[in-house]
Amino acid sequence: MPRIYVYILHKDGAVADSAAELAAAARRIDAVQPPTAILTGWGANLDTACNALRTSYGEVWKVANEALAYPNAELVRKALVSVLPADCILLAAHEHFGIDLAPGLSIKTNSAFVSDVVAINGVDGSHLNVVRQEFGGQMSAHVRCDISSGAVVTVRPGAFKSQECAPGTGLVIDKSAQVGTLTAGRRFLETVVAEMGDVDITKYSVLVSVGRGIQKPENVAIAQELADAMGAAVSCSRPVVDAKWMEKPRQVGSSGKTVKPKVYLACGISGAFQHLAGLKGNPFIVAINKNPKAPIFQVADVGVVDDILEFLPEMTRKVREMRSVSAK
Amino acid sequence: MEILVCLKRVPDTSENEIELNDAGNDIDRDDLVYSINEWDNYAVEEALQIVAKFGGNVTVVTVGTEDDEEILRREMAMGANHGVMISDDAFSGSDGKGIATILKAFVAKARYDLILTGVQAEDGGAQIGGMLAALLDYPFASLVNSIEVLDGKKLKISREIEGGNREMNEIDLPCVLSIQTGINEPRYVGMRGIRQVASVPIPTFGAAELGVDPGAVGEVATKVKRVDYFVPDLGKGAEMLGGSREENIEKVLELVAAKGGLK
Repeated sequence: MPRIYVYILHKDGAVADSAAELAAAARRIDAVQPPTAILTGWGANLDTACNALRTSYGEVWKVANEALAYPNAELVRKALVSVLPADCILLAAHEHFGIDLAPGLSIKTNSAFVSDVVAINGVDGSHLNVVRQEFGGQMSAHVRCDISSGAVVTVRPGAFKSQECAPGTGLVIDKSAQVGTLTAGRRFLETVVAEMGDVDITKYSVLVSVGRGIQKPENVAIAQELADAMGAAVSCSRPVVDAKWMEKPRQVGSSGKTVKPKVYLACGISGAFQHLAGLKGNPFIVAINKNPKAPIFQVADVGVVDDILEFLPEMTRKVREMRSVSAK
Repeated sequence: MEILVCLKRVPDTSENEIELNDAGNDIDRDDLVYSINEWDNYAVEEALQIVAKFGGNVTVVTVGTEDDEEILRREMAMGANHGVMISDDAFSGSDGKGIATILKAFVAKARYDLILTGVQAEDGGAQIGGMLAALLDYPFASLVNSIEVLDGKKLKISREIEGGNREMNEIDLPCVLSIQTGINEPRYVGMRGIRQVASVPIPTFGAAELGVDPGAVGEVATKVKRVDYFVPDLGKGAEMLGGSREENIEKVLELVAAKGGLK
């Protein structure tokens, strides 16, 4: 069995939430060997982050280098190529950094690459068996990956439950000396924080959320009328923002806002995992979608197969009717 | 600026319900409508906008078979100057690294300042751009959602990171970028536009012309292989309401009110 390493991001001394999930994923590859964590960075924050992982990982490898103070994937890749042994398995989270780092790392380490893994079914011989999703989550696929010369695997955030595992040895090993001078053709400038927008959807306990099924920008008014009647706000999924039908601050999802409403009306939303990742606090989800096979119906509490362009206006009328009765 | 955009033809999820075939080992490909991968279409639009401002050419390329020619023509109708088909029996069954290896051989024969791919394909792994950059030893950035040309030697780009925040970077040319949806508004392509480019020749390159070792690509070199498809079981599933529209609305409102959704 190859050695398993996990690349872990950290910020201001705190390790990413994915650290425990990646440890769980590593145990799905090999239940026996404690995985090794690798952290890159610079200064006191790096030491704090390394120490935080001593109980959950067998070993923690620290790579300190001033050039790594901000995680630039090209520099991190060069550092990892210097410290990783041949033919090992490296796990990373499938988020913006992992997407930046992993494909190129697999080329430079001459290992197999499999991305966005949602389940791991162990190793047989020289093959790792995993599950991926395709077509926006409508289909899953069993994938076999030849790991005889190692593998780079990115793991979908939230797919693996962090679990209690045997305490690590508490050993932090400094690998910094193995890394030489680091330069890259890409340089980080700054992070631009997302705009707040005219309506703060994170403040509402009820959201009427629209997806591609709203079909054209004029139809957003249909959702707005229902939201007005209910005292809710209108939010949306990514395709609606991509099409410029609504503004980015209205988007729920991993690349948009994280919301915690009590009630979430998913209208014409297929239910891709990136969208669901922005929905926290276990809201009551009502899904209305023309496609009975839309993945949203698997996670919703209540589902209606219907055309939102006809369903929503009638629902608005009904809400107004109830309001006027209760006002009397 | 000479820009290469790498394209993939994929089953169109907005036109099809993706279903298992009878044997249960693949999706049902009978009567499937294919189209250009959505991310790639944004990449072509971005390339066209750069060339409109700074001059140069946009070349679109795909690794595939004659069926895939339709997406090259579609993007040429959008305005791409050249289309290139890369096709060889030896390429069939390639994994991501195989495709990146083939594209690298093509890039080595020409000179491009900028190479764009989509962030991912509907049926893909968000991998070709990063692999191609590493094979070429070019800088790479993924999830790019804006591009500003600073001078002939570098770009200022933003990457989409968590929470809608944007990570600003400077990147040296030549480089490879993977383009995120929403970066622009891809122009409409009508049937007339497609007819106008219907007879424009599209050169085809195979393993011999590109100098690709057939043993390094295709089925024989593949390390990552999809065994089969299956329908995911994501959760307990919703309680589906099967009444009339009016009944369904009343039931929804009753449940929503019980959860504190109607004050």
